[in-house]
Amino acid sequence: MARDGSTVLRVEHLTMRFGGLVAVDDLSFEVKRGTITALIGPNGAGKTTVFNCITGFYKPTEGRLALQRGDPAVWNAIEDLTDSGKRGTVRPEGALFLLERMPDYLVAQQARVARTFQNIRLFSGMTVLENLLVAQHNRLMLASGYTLLGVLGLPSYASAERAALDKARSWLERFGLLDRADDPAGELPYGAQRRLEVARAMCTDPVLLCLDEPAAGLNPRESAELNELLLVIRDQHDISILLIEHDMSVVMKISDHVVVLDYGVKISDGAPEVVRNDPKVIAAYLGVADDEVAQVEAAVGL
Amino acid sequence: MNAGAQRKRVDAAGALRDAAFTGLIAFGLFLPLIGFETVTNIRDELILTTRWPLLFAVVAITAAGRFAYSFALAPWLARRAAQPTKPAPPAWRFYLGKWFTPFAIGFVIAYPVIVILAAGWGGALKWIDNFGIQILIYVMLGWGLNIVVGLAGLLDLGYVAFYAVGAYSYALLAKAFGLSFWILLPIAGILSSFWGILLGFPVLRLRGDYLAIVTLAFGEIIRLILINWTALTNGYAGIIGIPRPTFFGIPFNADDKGFAAVFGLEFSPLYRVIFLYYVILALALLTSFVTVRLRRLPVGRAWEALREDQIACRSLGINTTNTKLTAFAMGAMFAGFAGSFFAAREAFISPESFTFLESATVLSIVVLGGMGSQIGVAIAAVAMIGGTEILRELDFLKEIFGPTFDPTQYRMLLFGFAMVLIMIWRPRGLIARREPSVFLKERKSISVDLVKEGRG
Repeated sequence: MARDGSTVLRVEHLTMRFGGLVAVDDLSFEVKRGTITALIGPNGAGKTTVFNCITGFYKPTEGRLALQRGDPAVWNAIEDLTDSGKRGTVRPEGALFLLERMPDYLVAQQARVARTFQNIRLFSGMTVLENLLVAQHNRLMLASGYTLLGVLGLPSYASAERAALDKARSWLERFGLLDRADDPAGELPYGAQRRLEVARAMCTDPVLLCLDEPAAGLNPRESAELNELLLVIRDQHDISILLIEHDMSVVMKISDHVVVLDYGVKISDGAPEVVRNDPKVIAAYLGVADDEVAQVEAAVGL
Repeated sequence: MNAGAQRKRVDAAGALRDAAFTGLIAFGLFLPLIGFETVTNIRDELILTTRWPLLFAVVAITAAGRFAYSFALAPWLARRAAQPTKPAPPAWRFYLGKWFTPFAIGFVIAYPVIVILAAGWGGALKWIDNFGIQILIYVMLGWGLNIVVGLAGLLDLGYVAFYAVGAYSYALLAKAFGLSFWILLPIAGILSSFWGILLGFPVLRLRGDYLAIVTLAFGEIIRLILINWTALTNGYAGIIGIPRPTFFGIPFNADDKGFAAVFGLEFSPLYRVIFLYYVILALALLTSFVTVRLRRLPVGRAWEALREDQIACRSLGINTTNTKLTAFAMGAMFAGFAGSFFAAREAFISPESFTFLESATVLSIVVLGGMGSQIGVAIAAVAMIGGTEILRELDFLKEIFGPTFDPTQYRMLLFGFAMVLIMIWRPRGLIARREPSVFLKERKSISVDLVKEGRG
């Protein structure tokens, strides 16, 4: 199923206004299954706002954000679902969710969209292992009979906890954090904290992984390691990745698809090499109007 | 050598100057407070007298204290802080940490026996009742509040409200329906946790200081209802004649069917007190056991994660609303248990027992003990409640300070002093380490510097 060209996330006419400020203006794009899509743009372009809308932290002013998993045929139900006023539909063959109708924790819990944050948000006073167990909260909560069975110490919970520990251990191993498992998360070096945040998001078993500047503050070697990890996640775990990134080396190397935002408006959308040569993108990054691009390019020797 | 002596002299001069300055401030401060006194003379006139000797004694003590601090204590502290490597903690610390909990539990179980052996049959009552039971009630309240404040990071200044709900639930239901203590104990807990959820709903969107203010108001609302709804609660007069717990149906009285008669013993009020002691001990240990258990369950980890970072919790699919409500409900339930025990022990309750001061006492026990630490809270409760109770015992002070001197009046001073000391010495409480709830290879305790305090 991995890269069958079907769509996992469809963003349609997304608009987000804060009072008079239009942060995102009529944005539409798609994330294909098993690909890495990069969302780029100059500072203040509205990238993180798009993330917050997708993950339910903001309620968009307008627009439809649909996420699908399982059989792509479920997409046919989208118009009925939209008219029904429900949040989503779950069928044996697959599920479809309208993210704009869901509160943030349900986006993570039911639609299985995981995210990381631009300024790392770890549980710094808890150990690395505990961080990964908190990420598996909902499954463990169910296994502990909403705490009742767990307080009595029934074996069903113990086996669920062992499974959760095994999963945490396997992700720690893959991210090279296993020997720091019992250390507090706040004591890890910066690069390890970034990796831990991605590992924690992976422990929620996501369908779509949203990474807000995962390479920010990493040195070139760490950044290259992270690229490898993201490619492994994409290829081996059937997970689609949406990432915001400023580091063009990351964007151009690993992304399959790039969406460029400027002042909340989509100015380009396509394969990395197409976007790289788009004069509009160059203008946005250099901060000049379209017709001056040629001049500027000549001046800087492009 | 010469340079050392020189520096010493300079230090002494600096310390003297410091002491003189402090003395000046003390003089200015205490001149109106201690220096002058208004007394009524024999013709019933108010006259102003001076108390120069006392004033100068206080100023001299202050200045001398400051001199001692800046000449001896401050350089010593600085030298100790400047030491490059801290010496490894001595071996006794390790054994203390390892054996403290089992020893403490053994001690509290054996406590009534020890007291009877030490103080005799007659003197034991006071020590078991005023010290044992009183302290254990606060240990239990501290552990209950620890769930809300220490684990979930929700600052609750109205905790006494749930204590009151538990006490009045037991008192009213027992008097109206004649139900036994053991049936009403869980009911009081359930009613209290219901009120905890009721308080939780409106305050969920509030954070930090705002949450604290609303919980404070909630505590006052409950108290005012207890005062003004006289038809139900009998207002200030309170409820008297609350049935006391029985030993499997056998009451503790001098009756023919009383505990002493049934077991062929001579009647003594001590039996009931010992029984009550073990009841509150069992309730307190239950609180601790459940809390320790919950910390290792997903709900407990979610509480701690909530204290660390709420937004991250939501991004991981944790329903923060429900998580906060469970914390409020659990904390309130244990307060309800403690409240119904309190009503059953006293056989009389009135709104006087549920003032803000009680909330403040319990909260200060949690803060002094170290937020989230079970042992720390227990030690703090022993120090705070035992400390104030022991003030009643210091009769010999009357011989020093005169017959009008009442040591219990200095309770708040002691409180404040303990607070200031802890804030200087251990700003995050007595036990400033967090034990991880799970580990792969090695359990390493976490310095509280990394642990967040929570902002609601």
